[in-house]
This record gives sequence, C-alpha cells and structure tokens, in this order.
Amino acid sequence: MTGDDRKTSAYAHPERLVTTEWLAEQIEAGRVGGPDGIALLESDEDVLLYDTGHIPGALKIDWHLDLNDPVTRDYVDGARFAEVMGSRGIARDTTVVIYGDKSNWWAAYALWVFSLFGHEDVRLLDGGRAKWVAEGREVTRELPTPKQATYPVAERDDAPIRAFKDDVLAHLGKPLVDVRSPGEYSGELLHMPDYPQEGAMRGGHIPGAASVPWARAANDDGTFKSREDLEAIYLTEQGLSPDDDVVAYCRIGERSSHTWFVLTHLLGFESVRNYDGSWTEWGNAVRVPIEK
Amino acid sequence: MTATELPGPLAEIADDFRSASNDLKLQLLLEFSDELPALPERYAGQLDRLERVDECQTPLFLVVEVEQSSAAAERRVHLFFDAPAESPTTRGFAGILHAGLDGLSPEEVLAVPDDAPMRFGLAEAVSPLRLRGMAAMLARIKRQVREKSAA
Repeated sequence: MTGDDRKTSAYAHPERLVTTEWLAEQIEAGRVGGPDGIALLESDEDVLLYDTGHIPGALKIDWHLDLNDPVTRDYVDGARFAEVMGSRGIARDTTVVIYGDKSNWWAAYALWVFSLFGHEDVRLLDGGRAKWVAEGREVTRELPTPKQATYPVAERDDAPIRAFKDDVLAHLGKPLVDVRSPGEYSGELLHMPDYPQEGAMRGGHIPGAASVPWARAANDDGTFKSREDLEAIYLTEQGLSPDDDVVAYCRIGERSSHTWFVLTHLLGFESVRNYDGSWTEWGNAVRVPIEK
Repeated sequence: MTATELPGPLAEIADDFRSASNDLKLQLLLEFSDELPALPERYAGQLDRLERVDECQTPLFLVVEVEQSSAAAERRVHLFFDAPAESPTTRGFAGILHAGLDGLSPEEVLAVPDDAPMRFGLAEAVSPLRLRGMAAMLARIKRQVREKSAA
C-alpha cells in the first residue's frame, strides 16, 4: 500500500477519491472511456484549459454550459442531464472520475451536481489537474470520441444536499460554514482577492456562520489533507460533529462544494447541504440579516 | 472611421469569431492563446513594471509602449502581456487584443469602442462573466496609451 492509498483508506468514504497513480493504471489497462469502463471528465474554471491538453481519454464538462440552465438560475433538469451524460458515453452505473483546475473547485462542484441527480459512483481525482501535470504524466490534445450511451431521465433531488435561501433562513442558529476568504467573511471584500467583483450589495456573512476558508482542507499540491488533519479543523477546532446538520456556502457555490465534499465524503457527516445561491444571493437579498 | 467601428485587424478577428460555431470559437481562442508572444527580455522577471488586471479570473499583467516619432502620425502602440499557461482563456483574450491592436496608432487604439469585447460572439461560448476580464484589459490599455502619448 502506498502512502497515498493509506491516506485515502482512512476517509469515511474512501471510494469517492482516486489517486493519480490509480488513474494512470486504469488508463494503462485501457479501462478509461465507454459505459463499461470509467468515464473521465475534466471540469475547470478556465473553459479552454481542457483544450490545451488533458488526461488521455478525458472528456470536457463545462459547469456553465453543461450543468446550468441557460434561462433559470438553476441546474439543468433530468432530461438535459441525461443528454449531457449520454453524449459522453455515461450510463447510470458508469464509474465517473472528475478532475479539474484550482484545487478541484469546479470538479467538486460538478460532482455535487451529479449527486443531485443521484449518480451513484462519482469520484474526484485527488490533487486534480495540477498534480497530474506536476508529476509529469501524459496530457494530450487528442479528443476522445465516446460512444453514445443511454442515460435515464433522473429527477433531481435537491433536498438532501442543497439549501435554498429560505432553508438557510430556517437554519439560522444551527451550524453554518462560510468557506470564503477572511476578507470576504469580515465584509471588507465583496469578492475573492484577485477575482472579478461579483456585485453583492453588502459585505459580511450569514449570522452565526463560522469562517473556515475552503483552502484549509487542502495541501499545497491541491490534494485533500489527511483525515486526522481535517478532524483537527472541523471537529476539534470548530466543534462540529458528524451528526450535525450543516450548511456550507461561499460566493456562487463552487468553493463550498469542495467543503461539502470534505465534510460528507472524507469525514462522513450525514447531513451537509451546499447553499449554492451563496453570497451573490444572500448579500443582495431583501430583508435577510447579515453580520459583519 | 466612426467611433463605433472596430479598427481593421480587430474587426477581421471579430468577424472570424462571429461566423464560427461555439466549438470553433473555442478553438480560435485557443490559437490566440498559443500565439500570445512571450514577454521580451527587457521585462523578464520585472512584473512590477507591468500593470496587473485584477478583473481577470487569474493574474494577468500588461504594459503598453508608445513608439515615439517626430511625426505624430507615425507613432505606434505596442502591447506586452504576461499570463500563465494554466489560464488559456485569459491568454486568449490577451492574444486577441495583441493581434488586433499592436502596431496601431494611439488614436486608433483610443477609438476602439469600450464594448469591443462583446462583439466577438463569445458570451455564449465562455460566459459574460469571463468576458469582463477582456473589457478590463482594454480599459487599462486605453488608459496607458492616453498617458503615454500625452507628451
């Protein structure tokens, strides 16, 4: 067992995370691509990054174009999701591995959306794109041609893992985790440092929310910290317990998907919801309280 | 040229983009990203001499030089960018502006409409949010041209 495997096996749901080593072996063995094998998806903040070179066999999934409804500020419906999956050769029981840039923010976001549709076997590549590239592993500009698969129209089930504004209002007083940077939490900044202004009217945080920036859960190479280190942050320092009802949020819901993944799959929390409306909604909403 | 028209080279690029499918738009943008010239030696390791564009989703630095000439009509604008390889979209935007504006006169650059980034039909392919980075680059280029050609 390598050190990476030992680290992974300590998590609550180790099957949700794969190592670069494991993925390389699957590619080597010809198991990537097609409904009977593993579907590998790249989900990035930068829409062009995939096209500059990707892990062999990976297909691109754009959270904005593929997973968001173009009209409603919501995710796609079951029919559209089935199309997106089918076109990438993904069946309902296909093992899907997602990776991406920026410490897997958008990969975690995509994984969370897959979970809204109840796709059972969906995993993240620990360390994402950056680790794969840093290890000098192969990237290619060659585009795979997946065989069309049949994916059922699955109803999205938001309730267990997604919180809306009214849910958060009803949740005030219970554990809330604000994963943005300290400056955004204090209200000094209305957006991440170095990121475009997102147009929130007010700065601050949701009353009672604890500040635990998402990055604290990641190592410098973008991999997740060990279970022991994560427990030291969320359980010991923040006093959270795996049976707590927790809501996580950030600015648009992508960084908090990362924290949602950590709490749910790495630490085994049973009830964590991601508030994807996040600060862009809360900071602009009429008649909701904020705290500075 | 009226103030609402794009200068020749930029107009040609805009036409290419507008007539392309979404997939092809991304391919074109990737070509501009690949072709963005590296910073010349004189700026190497000296990012503090460049201006940082905070509105881009990843760090981008740019600097404008205005070639001086005794005849005002012969003055030319040159653009230099630094953007990491992991940010091809941002590099692509910089590449478009480089290919479309480098070598023009200060007057021509200043006449570029501020909404030029919206005229490539890219909003659908890359999202309007991402295009704000290009608008911010253009605004800074114009401001630097104004300052550096004032003399």
